[in-house]
Amino acid sequence: MNKLLNVSGSPHVHSGESVQKIMVSVIVALMPALVVSIFYFGLPVIVLTLVSVGCCVLFEYLIQRFIMKVPTTISDGSAVVTGLLLAFNVPANLPIWMMVVGALVAIGIAKMPFGGLGHNLFNPALVARVFMLISFPVAMTTWPVPTPIWGFADAVTGPTPLGILKESAAVNMGEMPRYLDLLVGQMGGSFGEISAIALLLGAAYLLWKRVITWHIPVAFILTVFIFSGIFYLIDPTQYANPFFHLLTGGLMLGAFFMATDMVTSPTTPSAMLVFGAGCGLITIIIRLFGAYPEGVSFSILLMNAMVPLLNRWFKPKTYAK
Amino acid sequence: MSKLNILTKGFFKENPSLILVLGTCPTLAVTTSVNNALGMGAATTFVLLMSNILISMLKNVIPDKIRIPCFIVIIATFVSMIDLIIQGFLPALSASLGVFIPLIVVNCIVLGRAEAFASKNLVFDSLLDGLGMGIGFTISLVLIAAVREVLGAGSFMGFTFIPSHYNMLLFVLAPGAFIVYGFVMAAVRQILNNVEAKRKARQANA
Repeated sequence: MNKLLNVSGSPHVHSGESVQKIMVSVIVALMPALVVSIFYFGLPVIVLTLVSVGCCVLFEYLIQRFIMKVPTTISDGSAVVTGLLLAFNVPANLPIWMMVVGALVAIGIAKMPFGGLGHNLFNPALVARVFMLISFPVAMTTWPVPTPIWGFADAVTGPTPLGILKESAAVNMGEMPRYLDLLVGQMGGSFGEISAIALLLGAAYLLWKRVITWHIPVAFILTVFIFSGIFYLIDPTQYANPFFHLLTGGLMLGAFFMATDMVTSPTTPSAMLVFGAGCGLITIIIRLFGAYPEGVSFSILLMNAMVPLLNRWFKPKTYAK
Repeated sequence: MSKLNILTKGFFKENPSLILVLGTCPTLAVTTSVNNALGMGAATTFVLLMSNILISMLKNVIPDKIRIPCFIVIIATFVSMIDLIIQGFLPALSASLGVFIPLIVVNCIVLGRAEAFASKNLVFDSLLDGLGMGIGFTISLVLIAAVREVLGAGSFMGFTFIPSHYNMLLFVLAPGAFIVYGFVMAAVRQILNNVEAKRKARQANA
């Protein structure tokens, strides 16, 4: 009887989506990349991923329980996603304690002080990644050489393709991994970013589940492609092929999984396009002219800061006004 | 307000950099080590104390319309003095603080106290106010510098006790300054709120 009298404001139809469901989709989408990195780097990947995810969840619980004194939200899975993305952004031979520090920075500095999920201005995993990159420059840029799981050369370290590019004045494509290797993940790098195919597979799943839209990744990747293409056309001996830029570094991981983070990206399609293009532009500027070989994480963080402005700029017009 | 209150309010309750958020530039820039923080705090305290005394003495002579330039001239005099003293007797400190000693001239805390307190109050009160604010500023600098030096350089007052392998470089760089500043500010405010709440509860009980 009471049910009939229940009056509520819109929306009246619920899609059945919840934070938890979205986070589970993201976790599922990240699995192919995780499998590829376990294949190439072995046990350390499993250990680091477990430590990162475990610490993120633990720190979120501790901060909410004892410092903020609010109901804990660890069951929504956002800390798990942060932990996974953070682990994906480090070399496979990173010392465990640095991973713990990274998790503390992600949750304790980038997420909780802003008020938790939905309030953080910057992507927590990227803040932690940049924090570690600046704090531990040696450990964060010593990349193990990927060897399939049956290989034995597990103590060898080598440069990333983008690192080679930054070191040598002229592009020496002979030193570079082949494109097929770049696609499947046979290249030096943070362990989640190596395989473009696995990441695209996950991204396709996210697009199909409508967790992300195409706007940000397409604008991001297209901008990188166009600008690196312009420089390649100007002087092919000095600047790398645009396809090379697409497949190396953290571009695929960043464009599909980091830049599209719902909390830290704009809400309207046109703002998303500008956001993605800005990320791409900053990435390629840092890659070609900056001191760091890779600029995806910096570019996304810088554009994160622009999101409130973009949201205001591209505010949809009120209907019939 | 009692004399003791005038002195102690600057320590925490009206701490210039943690509560009033004045003088953030030196707070962020010189807190890379505790030694720097102590040097900066002492220099600023000297300037605050002397300028507060002199401005309070001259408050009836200074024409109201040009009071700010007059305050700045007085402050700049004392800053030049402390700058030369530090250059002469503590060359190492002078080298590490660099331009931030001359920049005390434009530190909002000094001008702020001159405008808000010394130009309206008696000489002795202004003396206490300047001393209290200077000590409060030093306390906040040392708190921030202690966190940054231990985490970023693994040392305290130059005494190293954490191997350099474990240092987090970010904390001695600019972003670390902002992060630590924010967290120290939050922690101090939380503690002050707790103390205040307890005091109120006791009053209600009594």
